[in-house]
Amino acid sequence: MPVLRRLLYAALCAGLLSGVVATVAHLIGTVPLILEAETYEHAAEPATAQPPASAAAAAPAPAHQHAAEAWAPEDGIERAAYTLAADLLTGIGFALLLAAGITLRGGDVTWREGLFWGLAGFVTFTLAPGLGLPPDIPGNTAGPLLARQVWWVAAAASTGGALALLLFTKRPVYAVLAAGLILLPHLYGAPSPPAEAAAAAPEALAHRFAIAATLVSFMFWAALGASTGYFYRRFAPNPG
Amino acid sequence: MQAQPIGARSEAGSRISSRSDTLIAAAVAALLGLFVIWGVGFSHIPALHNAAHDTRHSMAFPCH
Repeated sequence: MPVLRRLLYAALCAGLLSGVVATVAHLIGTVPLILEAETYEHAAEPATAQPPASAAAAAPAPAHQHAAEAWAPEDGIERAAYTLAADLLTGIGFALLLAAGITLRGGDVTWREGLFWGLAGFVTFTLAPGLGLPPDIPGNTAGPLLARQVWWVAAAASTGGALALLLFTKRPVYAVLAAGLILLPHLYGAPSPPAEAAAAAPEALAHRFAIAATLVSFMFWAALGASTGYFYRRFAPNPG
Repeated sequence: MQAQPIGARSEAGSRISSRSDTLIAAAVAALLGLFVIWGVGFSHIPALHNAAHDTRHSMAFPCH
């Protein structure tokens, strides 16, 4: 199947390239903030796990949500290597979605059209979910994980659908529907943290991280879109 | 079934098959992409979470 082969090759090349871009940006821009936040998270652990004074002898259940016995990469090179692997896979995964969209849309793309696809991806997968659930550092307070994941997916899906309606249809009724789809998840509201929860890390650090992660995601999506457009054209059966 | 020249019919047939090729390719790629993103960003398996931890935070996937 030449269509599928073209799509897979383009997504693989674009995903690997933008995954490397993401890793460099993450190691410089976001990972140092994550490590700093983890020092607060670890410092807070004994306090949050402290049982009431009367039950001091009983072993406290660890409050930390990383399963203590589960495997985790060693800090340093190994951890960075797994971040690289995860970034490459994330790049390939999102490149597959972009390339699928470009294929369905049909017609020619260059790196420039690809860049606009990437910007749409940034709006869909970073900005829209990030309005309700800003990029979060470890140790920050948050609502239940599954509820946040469901809301994140719903916000991305409705925003992506809305952008497709806005860009690929012409009837005003669809534009109105698209505006409603963009607003809907935010009117419903993202899951909020429990009222009594206290963040381990300072708010200023969380704020810096949210900005850094959003900027880094912008770079990732710009690289991903432009390279998906470039490679999609490059692997055309009859390049024009 | 309308009568039409054989050439025209096979042309229409190949257009339909190319359209279905496109749909199948896009669907396969999208499903594969969603599966990979789920594994990296959303899976609750502890080892996957720990391996992709810094990516999840940096890409603003919900984590912890």
